[in-house]
Amino acid sequence: MAAPIPHCTIPPHRQNTVMVRSSLAVLVIDENRIRASIIEAGLREAGHERVTVIHDVTGIARRIAEIEPDVIVIDLENPNRDMLENMFQLSRAVKRPIAMFVDRSDQASIEAAVDAGVSAYVVDGLRQERVKPILDMAVSRFNAFSRMARELEEARSELKSRKVIDRAKGILMKSRGLSEEAAYALLRKTAMNQNRKISDIAQSLVTAAGLLGPAEDE
Amino acid sequence: MSATHQITAGFMPLFDSAVLVAAGEMGFAAREGIELTLHRETSWANIRDRIAIGHFDLAHMLGPMPLACNLGLTPLASETIVPFSLGLGGNCVTVSNAVWTGMAAHGAVPDLDPARTGKALGALIRERAAAGRDPLRFAVVHPHSGHNYELRYWLAACGIDPTQAIEIVIVPPPFMADALAAGRIDGYCVGEPWNSASAAAGTGRIVTVKALLWRNSPEKVIGVRKAWAEQNPEALAALLRALHHSARWCQDPANHGELAAVMAQPGFLGLPPAVQMPVLTGHLDLGGGAEKTIDDFFLPFDKAANFPWKSHALWFYTQMVRWGHVAHTPENLAIARDCYRPDLYRSALKPLGVALPGANSKVEGALKVATPVGSAGASLVLGPDGFFDGQIFDPDEIDAYIAGQKSARTEA
Repeated sequence: MAAPIPHCTIPPHRQNTVMVRSSLAVLVIDENRIRASIIEAGLREAGHERVTVIHDVTGIARRIAEIEPDVIVIDLENPNRDMLENMFQLSRAVKRPIAMFVDRSDQASIEAAVDAGVSAYVVDGLRQERVKPILDMAVSRFNAFSRMARELEEARSELKSRKVIDRAKGILMKSRGLSEEAAYALLRKTAMNQNRKISDIAQSLVTAAGLLGPAEDE
Repeated sequence: MSATHQITAGFMPLFDSAVLVAAGEMGFAAREGIELTLHRETSWANIRDRIAIGHFDLAHMLGPMPLACNLGLTPLASETIVPFSLGLGGNCVTVSNAVWTGMAAHGAVPDLDPARTGKALGALIRERAAAGRDPLRFAVVHPHSGHNYELRYWLAACGIDPTQAIEIVIVPPPFMADALAAGRIDGYCVGEPWNSASAAAGTGRIVTVKALLWRNSPEKVIGVRKAWAEQNPEALAALLRALHHSARWCQDPANHGELAAVMAQPGFLGLPPAVQMPVLTGHLDLGGGAEKTIDDFFLPFDKAANFPWKSHALWFYTQMVRWGHVAHTPENLAIARDCYRPDLYRSALKPLGVALPGANSKVEGALKVATPVGSAGASLVLGPDGFFDGQIFDPDEIDAYIAGQKSARTEA
């Protein structure tokens, strides 16, 4: 059940429309466009249609006055958090006071959010059970995004390693007349003997070859 | 050497985190048996949140911030105590070239004299109001900051009501110079190097400095989660000794080159050493070709800079009351009185045989010149600690001080 709208009486024949309109207005402030759209998609899937995403906080007071959000989701990397918190408390543009997402007793939620790198602010007085699913969703999407970013980084460095190993193999094949297979075996053996990664050995070889002169033809 | 204590601390990329950073980077923490892990943060709100949920044991904080936490003024808070101050001074007030031109027409000269530049700014503000122009917009870094309170103190003492005559907004330090250049703000109060940045870019003028508004006044502190401090008294004492040695090292001009090189690393301040020199030497380029050297511009160690004076915390409290951040009640006063902990500082440093103030509080503004004082052990020089308007803050007469500043506000 949606919470009743305060300060207004609704004629019975209009209550359906109002029920729809009482879905929460959510504002997502995140400079990271990909993550913001992941959050936005999640909110829409969960039935929240009034979602606004802002990447740049310039002129945000006016935007907040227009949007009148019930919930504001902000990433913790955003250096403007101090400005935003101050605005929520003081600005005339924010007509209803905005507080931090959780009641202070809910330590687990606070920890999960900070761990994930997200914070949320809600219009004061909004019931906890209406906000909690939004926060939980934001937390899980933030975590998913971090995982994705980590995997992407790993894939990138994997690709980079492979390229450098190929170049090192080329140098060995040319300078020592080895087959590709033998060149790789030599790299692997050297790495094992020195207790280092193959890519590190390959990098050293490439660097040394560069220093030693015009051996490389690239 | 294996560490006895693991300590995790947060800091903001500002020059006055130097004592904490150097404690880790220059080996002072390791020598006390501490493995110090430092985390660079992007906002004071993050520092507050990560202290509250236990990610950090302690952090580089704005002087009034622990008071704000304990007084319940922040959305999320844990009880925070201050056993160490990270230095005195370091901030400036910078205005746009347009505002400076207006001030100069009303008698301002580039001498940083707060009374003179404040008078000129007041005249400009009244002139603009009479012409129906929008109020000037000034930025500070946080509502509960030395910057906010010293800017307001300066303006109010010069007959400008900061709640009516100007608008005050929050801007993160690294964005100040850009916001000024883009005309989104007309002036700001921030720590270095963000004032020199505007002067060097030709987009702003430094008009006064914290070290002249209130000589040798408090700025950043080490805020410690009280529960952690109570559970780890030995780790805390070891850290305070490491910070003491670090602060002494940071103060020595012979080490400034090395300190600036450490701070220049991307994981710390991340700005070139040359940009850090004004805060270290006190020699400022004010913009427009004017230069000035300020005594005691920023002190990381000298003049008992690391002693957490209760009178400093109580002055911040009087300003929180003055500007409506908190009500003046016996309970709130007691919270403010208990936040800074000179007892912990003293007991940690006593074994070192260094100079320690005998009192927990002093009458701020009473010392007109640098004064050697009676202290336990070696000699100690304090002050001067005067306010530019000649006011005295006696922490034993706090009611009268609060009442007096209210009337100053209504006269403004």
